[in-house]
Amino acid sequence: MKVIVAVKRVVDYNVKIRVKADKTGVELSNVKMSMNPFDEIGVEEAVRLKEAGVASEVVAVSIGPAQAQETIRTALAMGADRGILIKTDEEVQPLAVAKLLKAVVEAEAPQIVILGKQAIDDDSNQTGQMLAALLGWAQGTFASKVALGDGKATVTREVDGGLQTVELKLPAVVTTDLRLNEPRYASLPNIMKAKKKPIDEKTPADLGVDIAPRLKTLKVEEPPKRQAGRKVASVEELVQALKNEAGVI
Amino acid sequence: MSNLVLAEHDNQSIRPATLNAVAAAQKLGGEVHLLVAGKDARPAADAAAKIAGVAKVLLADDAAYANQLAENLAPLLVSLAKGYKALLAPATTSGKNVLPRVAAVLDVAQISDIVKVEDGDTFVRPIYAGNAMATVKSSDPVKVITVRTTAFPAVAAEGGSASVESVAAVGAANVSSFVGQELSKSDRPELTAARVVISGGRGMQSGENFAMLEKVADKLGAAVGASRAAVDAGFVPNDYQVGQTGKIVAPELYIAVGISGAIQHLAGMKDSKVIVAINKDEEAPIFQVADYGLVGDLFKIVPELEAELGKQLGK
Ligand SMILES: Cc1cc2nc3c(=O)[nH]c(=O)nc-3n(C[C@H](O)[C@H](O)[C@H](O)COP(=O)(O)OP(=O)(O)OC[C@H]3O[C@@H](n4cnc5c(N)ncnc54)[C@H](O)[C@@H]3O)c2cc1C
Ligand SMILES: Nc1ncnc2c1ncn2[C@@H]1O[C@H](COP(=O)(O)O)[C@@H](O)[C@H]1O
Repeated sequence: MKVIVAVKRVVDYNVKIRVKADKTGVELSNVKMSMNPFDEIGVEEAVRLKEAGVASEVVAVSIGPAQAQETIRTALAMGADRGILIKTDEEVQPLAVAKLLKAVVEAEAPQIVILGKQAIDDDSNQTGQMLAALLGWAQGTFASKVALGDGKATVTREVDGGLQTVELKLPAVVTTDLRLNEPRYASLPNIMKAKKKPIDEKTPADLGVDIAPRLKTLKVEEPPKRQAGRKVASVEELVQALKNEAGVI
Repeated sequence: MSNLVLAEHDNQSIRPATLNAVAAAQKLGGEVHLLVAGKDARPAADAAAKIAGVAKVLLADDAAYANQLAENLAPLLVSLAKGYKALLAPATTSGKNVLPRVAAVLDVAQISDIVKVEDGDTFVRPIYAGNAMATVKSSDPVKVITVRTTAFPAVAAEGGSASVESVAAVGAANVSSFVGQELSKSDRPELTAARVVISGGRGMQSGENFAMLEKVADKLGAAVGASRAAVDAGFVPNDYQVGQTGKIVAPELYIAVGISGAIQHLAGMKDSKVIVAINKDEEAPIFQVADYGLVGDLFKIVPELEAELGKQLGK
């Protein structure tokens, strides 16, 4: 069976981002970019399915500017077989990403599409659910365990109350949570090998998808800053302060 | 035009997060209706009818909705969407699971995790782990919104007298089924609704050591939370995780014990009213957001804290 993984190029999770002075967005020039961490988990899961002989091919798809190629290369170095870059310099919001992925899915006919539960830049947590809806497929979101059986997937989900297990008819969409696996680092030989793996390039127009944003960002601002507090010298002083100064106990 | 809120419930009672979503819906203007979709959910619908500010409760009672599967709930919401200017749900794992599906079928954007309603089209939402706040305007005919519960004070659970109206079920999509669940059991308040939260990080070293935090929690009527590192290490279950990709909390008092204060953790707790940090590293970033910082070994400080609370609170 074929597996598709969606990989998004985002600001690295270690970067302390800065809001632009003109409030139009976040400073992205000269900022380290990486694969969205949840997508690394997605790639790892797909590659493990291949290593286990369950998946026959792993295709990594990214939507974004030319540099999103690097993100696909990372997926290829981790073990994906080939990539598809849907190239655009425009902002692409989750609904449009889902429509583009749907077009890819219709052409590729995978049994599973794996996405991250959330992109750590827009923090939307939508795309996988939207893709599943557009395809009329089942979804296993926030997955911490995925077991494939005959025509079905059993997915354990991280939910607010604990863990939930659902059974999905294949084909299906899965979105990853942090505990699904620990992604590998690509080895140097695999990074070299990845350079020879094919990446197909397309545009949203090739796929016939209108990506015009539905949400207009009017402004982006810094959140309110917390006042710096003080150090207390002892537990006794702490409890006194919480009781008499802050009035919270 | 009215607004429809998807209620979170266990067929018997309404979960508190619903009350915050109702509060956000009220800010949009117009009536607020609540959808209770479940199986044998009449008691939950009756409870929903008592929520202050709710004009009407829609009850969809069907086996398809017994476990809130998104594949079954989404078509129901889509069938009801006409006539509403907004569909809302709390930004819980359940709301986040369902609403994007609804939005996609309606061919509209979904607006995640709003913290402020500017007007009927314009909302503020955090991006980049809350390190930036985006004001976004939607041009779609119906707004599909998830609500950050900590940003909207709950409406009263009692005092309303809405009518309950049954609505037709649209049946099961038959692509998914519920197998089972393992829910954490606790007599403590729910993490996202607690007045006091005490969280432990990697510094706790083991799950057994969380018993120390529980003793303090007992004294304060607190919920217990954790950092991702503590969850990944298996000290506590996943539902304890506070942060960008876990739960968002904003209690009166948040006590961080053995937590360094990574941005992903801060994203989940920096709107707390008072923050206390206990950490042996005086350079730990958590101290930059703490109102009161105590530098030292948690294994010494936490038992002392328990004893001191006992003394000063007479418990
Ligand atoms: C995609 C992504 C999502 C993430 N989401 C989240 C999230 O939702 N929530 C979250 O919390 N993290 C999240 N993280 C992880 C985050 O980046 C940090 O790795 C994590 O918060 C660190 O946890 P910690 O503070 O417990 O551990 P550490 O950073 O290891 O800190 C341990 C602290 O304990 C202190 N300590 C140790 N021993 C003692 C002692 N005896 N007494 C006193 N102090 C002691 C140390 O000084 C140190 O400051 C995410 C990361 C990624 C990449
Ligand atoms: N531009 C993109 N290219 C590839 N995958 C994406 C893109 N945007 C979102 N995704 C996928 O959708 C997931 C959830 O993103 P979001 O809904 O934006 O939080 C990500 O983890 C990716 O797997």
